[in-house]
Amino acid sequence: MSKVKALVINPKDNVATAIDDIKANSKVLVKIGEKTVEVLVKQDIPFGHKFALKKIGKGEEIIKYGECIGVAKNNIEEGEHVHIHNVESTRAKGGE
Amino acid sequence: MKFLGYKRPDGSVGVRNHLLILPSTGCASTIANKIASQVDGAVVAFHNQGCAQLGEDKEQTYRTLVGLGKNPNVAAVLVVGLGCEQISADKLAEDIASSGKPVDFVIALDEGGVIATVAKGVKIATNMARQISEIRREEVDVSSLTIGVKCALTDTTSGLTANPAVGYAMDLIIKNGGTVIFGETPEIIGAEHILAKRAENEEVKKKLFEIVRNTENRVKTIGVDIRGANPAPGNIKAGITTIEEKSLGAILKGGTSPIKGVLKYGEKASGKGLFVMDGPGRTHEALTGLVASGAVILVMPTGGGSPSGSTLAPTLKVTGNPRTYEKLPEYIDVNVSSILEGVESIEEAGERVYNEILKVASGKKTKIESLGCGATAIYTLWSHV
Repeated sequence: MSKVKALVINPKDNVATAIDDIKANSKVLVKIGEKTVEVLVKQDIPFGHKFALKKIGKGEEIIKYGECIGVAKNNIEEGEHVHIHNVESTRAKGGE
Repeated sequence: MKFLGYKRPDGSVGVRNHLLILPSTGCASTIANKIASQVDGAVVAFHNQGCAQLGEDKEQTYRTLVGLGKNPNVAAVLVVGLGCEQISADKLAEDIASSGKPVDFVIALDEGGVIATVAKGVKIATNMARQISEIRREEVDVSSLTIGVKCALTDTTSGLTANPAVGYAMDLIIKNGGTVIFGETPEIIGAEHILAKRAENEEVKKKLFEIVRNTENRVKTIGVDIRGANPAPGNIKAGITTIEEKSLGAILKGGTSPIKGVLKYGEKASGKGLFVMDGPGRTHEALTGLVASGAVILVMPTGGGSPSGSTLAPTLKVTGNPRTYEKLPEYIDVNVSSILEGVESIEEAGERVYNEILKVASGKKTKIESLGCGATAIYTLWSHV
């Protein structure tokens, strides 16, 4: 069995957390609840960073721990790196 | 469950037997430091507050200084004042002395300068050091423990491993009748609805929402985005994207017990169980508030490996990031990265954290304690004048 490279905390989540450095264009198996799915990771994902488990449209919620951790700033493809470049926080933002 | 602790006259139990040299104001800190450096085993709570503070901000500093003096890890206190400050040394000494421990004070302007004050202070403190050296550890129940929890240098392994493992250990402390305090209000933003479900009553629930709203409004008032300060650049580099993500992982460190109350910064917990302290994320200020609230051991889940500690309470570090443990075995006490690798459950790792807490309670030094890393810093509410 190959080493687990990413974890999904809650079955509702649309992102996975890398627990190893993942190279672009590698196929990663992730367990979502009881199901195991294969995701083609499109970019390099450093240890601890997140990638999308499915397509997330602009303005849609990013879900981790089964809860909203922010919204997509633009369309995010399955397997794409999810971080500050494409996610906006919904909390504690000045100037609104 | 039992451990070996120091029974204090007010019924509280400490895990260390410190002689504390406590400046009542920042201006007396260097004099206090000179006294402490000449007395075997003395520690100084070097800080910068206690002067020109207004209203609730001044009250908070006073409450914190009294709380540090009354902390059960402190066997005796020498308060050092300058003589012109808002927080007078004699009043502070009197309030700490209500706990029944030996307390005295020296005031520099009354003694006629630095040399005379240091001479008198050293004389008093050496007598205290001999007096408290006779206090012995006795077998006491885990229910007498108050643990403070603060996460630091969070990364995405924190919410997966160290925080839930520490949370499980905190559940065990509470099941055994003890008290746990955790805080960092900015790191509740985005997760307050989850904590609120565990509030013991409507008042606690209301208070939880209120402290988070106040903190968030403060950020908005300045007109900036919290991102960059919290999550900090180090958090972001490690993969944390938003404050909500950080908070959802952070609240796991407190465990799953009902929330009995919301404490002000440095306020003593009333009763046993789990409490939330309204305070900052900044590490030394958060740790100082927890110690002033009565915490005798601080447990710190850390993703990236923070070296921060407290002057008065041993700080136990737990990481779930295998790379951090590999890099920093020097000051990480418990490695729970086995959870990430799927070879240990959160409960099994949490048991190990709990057992280590009991060893530290009976006198085993934590790694950062052995390295002598500990500081005191008092959180302020607004600008002084």
